[in-house]
Amino acid sequence: MAGKTYAPLKGIDNTGDVPGPRTPLILENKTYGQITEQVCSVVEDPKVHRTWLLSFMAAVTFLGVLFSLIVYLIVTGVGVWGNQIPVAWGWPIVNFVFWVGIGHAGTLISAILFLLRQDWRTSINRFAEAMTIFAVVCAGTFPGIHVGRIWLAYWLFPLPNQMLMWPNFRSPLLWDVFAVGTYASVSLVFWYMGMIPDLATIRDRARHPLRRLGYGILSLGWRGSARAWHRYERAYLLLAALATPLVLSVHTVVSFDFAVSQLPGWHTTIFPPYFVAGAIFSGFAMVVTLAVPARAFYGMRNIITMRHLENMNKVILATGSMVGYAYSMEFFIAWYGGNKYEQFAFMNRAFGPYAWAYWTMVSCNVITPQIFWFKKCRTSIPIMMVAAILVNVGMWFERFVITVTSLARDFLPSSWGYFHPTIVDILMLIGSFGLFFTLFLLFLRFLPMIAISEVKSVMPFPKPTQKQPSEVESAPVPSVN
Amino acid sequence: MFHFPSWTLTLRDMSGGVLLLAPLYVIGLVWFGASPKTTDAGYQPTQPIPYSHKLHAGDLKIDCRYCHNTVEDAAHSAVPPTATCMNCHSMIFTESHKLTPLRESFETGEPIEWVRIHDLPDYAYFNHSAHVNRGVGCVSCHGRVDKMEVVWQHEPLSMGWCLDCHREPELHLRPQSEITNMDWAPANQREIGQRLKELNGINPPTNCSTCHR
Repeated sequence: MAGKTYAPLKGIDNTGDVPGPRTPLILENKTYGQITEQVCSVVEDPKVHRTWLLSFMAAVTFLGVLFSLIVYLIVTGVGVWGNQIPVAWGWPIVNFVFWVGIGHAGTLISAILFLLRQDWRTSINRFAEAMTIFAVVCAGTFPGIHVGRIWLAYWLFPLPNQMLMWPNFRSPLLWDVFAVGTYASVSLVFWYMGMIPDLATIRDRARHPLRRLGYGILSLGWRGSARAWHRYERAYLLLAALATPLVLSVHTVVSFDFAVSQLPGWHTTIFPPYFVAGAIFSGFAMVVTLAVPARAFYGMRNIITMRHLENMNKVILATGSMVGYAYSMEFFIAWYGGNKYEQFAFMNRAFGPYAWAYWTMVSCNVITPQIFWFKKCRTSIPIMMVAAILVNVGMWFERFVITVTSLARDFLPSSWGYFHPTIVDILMLIGSFGLFFTLFLLFLRFLPMIAISEVKSVMPFPKPTQKQPSEVESAPVPSVN
Repeated sequence: MFHFPSWTLTLRDMSGGVLLLAPLYVIGLVWFGASPKTTDAGYQPTQPIPYSHKLHAGDLKIDCRYCHNTVEDAAHSAVPPTATCMNCHSMIFTESHKLTPLRESFETGEPIEWVRIHDLPDYAYFNHSAHVNRGVGCVSCHGRVDKMEVVWQHEPLSMGWCLDCHREPELHLRPQSEITNMDWAPANQREIGQRLKELNGINPPTNCSTCHR
């Protein structure tokens, strides 16, 4: 950025680095105590905000729709969906891959950016990890109910039984069980472990005995001793190192669901990295979609600053370009490979009955992120919100295009079809957003949305307005953090 | 500063206990899951007529195939019709009140509603003749029926139980002449079984389509 200056946006522009001292990540020169107050007050506010309550009620309604439809599905059968032969994988699998993809940004932010020592992750990692967990919950729902006999789903686990039967370890759908199961549990541990010091802070500030008890138990007696911190940091590093290959492998395994098959349009070796790039792409778009309203609503603009949003937009641009590269490479290989089925599969995507879906996908995923080459767009809230939402729409369509168009027209023209979603398909997708937002809103209300202790580690030293240690020695023992 | 409530220490100790108990719980669960009870072994319902296999097969030494006459030819081993019973009972115990349902069945033509004990699910296609003609004796699967006053399910009939024998049939094979002999129990079963297996080319299939057609 050297040599060029930008007019500051509203308030302080911390999006550019000038030679010399680095621009701060956390703005407004707050003290440690003020940051604690700022984040904790969201959780401690005795008043339930009307906007929160209304959104929560809406989310729970859609959650109820999802649950009732799941019951309807189990009682009636999977025929309530639009899935038919030849398109036997319809929206449920599309939604599954969509939600798993959303979840990937969380672990990327908390683990990979941690290993890369990216300090800007501290303001958004709690947020993103929560998003991961809830997205994985949504994702896990779909393969679970997609099987026709849900009550036998435990046969997927290698348990000794009276049939002497084991699952077939050659199926990527079984790898999915392990991949998503491991991903969910590791992400949960990672998220919870990272939250323990903050939960202890809330516990220490709690007035009501019930709150003190609840957060006291959740924080597992954390005192913030040097020894505890030392071990905490070690464990966090190890978990980050473990979660990093998980991010890459989980979506790789999900891509194997398709790539391992022999269907033209599915059988492609580019799928694993392309799916992972797409997952990070959609995940970051979701983080932006959630972070922008949350930082405005809860007054976190000084912690989740424009610089954070800009960095995320840069990641969106990078991964969006990777996805665009993969799209063009698929077409190139289809032409270059000389296989008429594959050539047809891709011609069919672009110009067949699903051309509308294909071009929606391309315009949302390839064209939209390119606006982030311009700093004006990267740092404009309305533009990035629209772009992020478009990216998520596009990424849903990417999974739809891959799954449905390849299945609808394959080797035998006698088994060509067209997929028509039913109302159950549509309401279940909407319902899964209900599930996601119910959990997410509960998280915002009851857990610290910013990693307080981590944010403090990237803040400049507190200003001398704070009392010096010598001044507080005679005072009662100060609270941890 | 808030101290972790001291009573939670008991919780912590208890959680240690729970962790210790967890393996026990798992073992117990497996134990229960693998128990014959779980697979209906020991199932012994009351039959419409207190028919005694002990009396007929054990004491009177009637061969199994006298009543279950399709066992060598058909997939299904027949439960004898009323007529088979009446071969003898038109003249024996004609006044016994225990046999009233039998006489009623004979007069009205309505079959006796015996309660089926060995009931495989309908997606498992078991063939009696395939086993009986290859040297699997009645006793291997049904137990000592000649000693049962009222028949019960002796074996679990689970898929694992079937596969155990299909993988190691030599532990159960016997000469064709001893098929219905309930007492036959040689000391060198494995040796005999091995010889019979090779002699008769017995190579039990363990693939899905064998039973789940």
